[in-house]
Amino acid sequence: MSRTLFEKIWERHLVAEPPGEPALLYVDLHLIHEVTSAQAFEGLRLAGRRVRRPDRSLATMDHNVPTADEPPDELAQQQLEALRRNCEEFGVPLYATGSGREGIVHVIGPELGITQPGMTIVCGDSHTSTHGALGALAIGIGTSEVEHVLATQTLPQQRPKTMRVTFEGELPGGVTAKDAILALIGQAGVSGGVGHVVEYTGDIVRGFSMEERLTVCNMSIEWGARAGLVAPDETTFGYLEGRPGVPRDWERALDEWRALPTDEGAAFDRELTVDVSSLAPQVTWGTNPQMVAPVFGEVPDPADCADPEERGAIERALAYMALEPGTRIEDIHVDRVFIGSCTNARIEDLRAAAAVLRDQRVHPSVHAMVVPGSALVKRQAEEEGLDRIFTAAGFEWRRAGCSMCLGMNPDILAPGERCASTSNRNFEGRQCAGGRTHLVSPAVAAATAVAGHFVDPRAL
Amino acid sequence: MRAFRRLTSSAAIVDRVDVDTDQIIPKQFLKRIERTGYGQFLFFDWMKDPEFELRRPECVTAEILIAGRNFGCGSSREHAAWALQDYGFGAVIAPSFGDIFRNNALKVGLLPVQLAGEDVRALMEGCAGGAEITVDLERQVVVDPDGRELRFEIDPFSRECLLEGLDEIALTLRRADEIDRYEGATAGRVDTLSL
Repeated sequence: MSRTLFEKIWERHLVAEPPGEPALLYVDLHLIHEVTSAQAFEGLRLAGRRVRRPDRSLATMDHNVPTADEPPDELAQQQLEALRRNCEEFGVPLYATGSGREGIVHVIGPELGITQPGMTIVCGDSHTSTHGALGALAIGIGTSEVEHVLATQTLPQQRPKTMRVTFEGELPGGVTAKDAILALIGQAGVSGGVGHVVEYTGDIVRGFSMEERLTVCNMSIEWGARAGLVAPDETTFGYLEGRPGVPRDWERALDEWRALPTDEGAAFDRELTVDVSSLAPQVTWGTNPQMVAPVFGEVPDPADCADPEERGAIERALAYMALEPGTRIEDIHVDRVFIGSCTNARIEDLRAAAAVLRDQRVHPSVHAMVVPGSALVKRQAEEEGLDRIFTAAGFEWRRAGCSMCLGMNPDILAPGERCASTSNRNFEGRQCAGGRTHLVSPAVAAATAVAGHFVDPRAL
Repeated sequence: MRAFRRLTSSAAIVDRVDVDTDQIIPKQFLKRIERTGYGQFLFFDWMKDPEFELRRPECVTAEILIAGRNFGCGSSREHAAWALQDYGFGAVIAPSFGDIFRNNALKVGLLPVQLAGEDVRALMEGCAGGAEITVDLERQVVVDPDGRELRFEIDPFSRECLLEGLDEIALTLRRADEIDRYEGATAGRVDTLSL
């Protein structure tokens, strides 16, 4: 029988299917960071339990860590110390700050080659969906589930529904994977994917680099999906080959991975098609990722919205964002630009931004910073001279971490400040209480830093 | 986990769609390493607004929250469920929930009740004056202020865990033999980490 990629991974990881209960799925890789793990380790300690498979667990420090020369605040320091202690006590490998392999948990998994096709991966973080770009079933979980996985290496899961998203047409030049996923979320809505594991397909996905696929899968959670997937192919294998964590028996791995893609004729519970052939660079104007418009578009008028609940949401969003209906997106000025996060802080993202910034200067009214996704991305960017392009343009060049995507470390907006951000969430207060976040691609972020207002990078 | 059987209370109403977990508990409170004490930070930024629904006097004693669709979307922070529970809520009624939030709530004994959009709307209207409703997990119904019963669905396993306050990890550890067998049968897989 024809099966989808999801079904193949799911069936391969079933430990038990007790009648009337959720399936018990085996977890191949458990990624851990400081913010959602302390209470889980404490739970183990209180119950006298151990970590079943520390060798299938890997921890890093990312959410809290400062990216400039400053110590973490006291609470952050305590949380980082707790992670260090917990990893020591329970034998979990830790890539701590300064190890050279630290970084955003969703950046280091793929770059170290430990995220692999066909795996089940969990992490106490909603952007775990990122890892699906390599053809792994990767699910974000809460702290109780983190504790469950630590203790049992399994996760009870209700079987999700499946959806196939087909991107049709060719992306116009200068329009990126970030724009494609933002457009999809704009079309489907922030709850459009709830309950589903989504497989992204279509010629443009096949043509995407691994890092572009990571950007797409990263934002699966932003429209509510349980996970996002891209079928593994030569792009995937080429990306993984030679990375430190990949299987030693490479040829056998390739044979297994080549059997994973969805079979011809396999059925999905839902199908969705997105035509990207006339897509423009996207900019969010509101307080969730579905509130998005083309860069040459306008802020919408809530009066045009027929659904009263939706209208209320738009009115609240515009009040929070201090925007008037009908304002041209290109007329919106920004105070800050942030290039970073698990969505867009890999080497290709930094190259794309640097290409826009070469021989340009950041607008005098804009404070701009780049935060590489990992220590390895930072090192590679420096070897390529990208850091010098950024700093010559007036950007701050920082150390790796989650940084201003969520502002748990000192990198935050001031209340009322407006930011063009390559991150994934424009929720109220995401980058600071009262801060106003607009989600964009790295190229749009770089061009906006130069112009001082949103602008199509192709016009710069 | 805290057991949940039946709860009768007035309801607090947050008539907004897509309430994300960043609003329920902002990031600055995620640095704590405890599981308790998050109630004081619930909806921290929205609570600063004197007009915010939860600041109405009739909401002080409410143990049931009624909200718009896709409640708890966004971040996986279980702190959102902890904060709602610590604040005094035992159940949240909405037309739909973010998947991770729903799972987190079920694990800690905060009951997510999914009802049709028009039923949630009617409940919001019926409860606006402080009327009491009942959430009965055993019978899987919400009893509205007029005594009308609205049935809700929940998977039988989660229902059982909530009713009995079961420790799900202990339940899974009873299957240790099956996990051993799975690991034994798949030990030769190529996906073994080699860091």
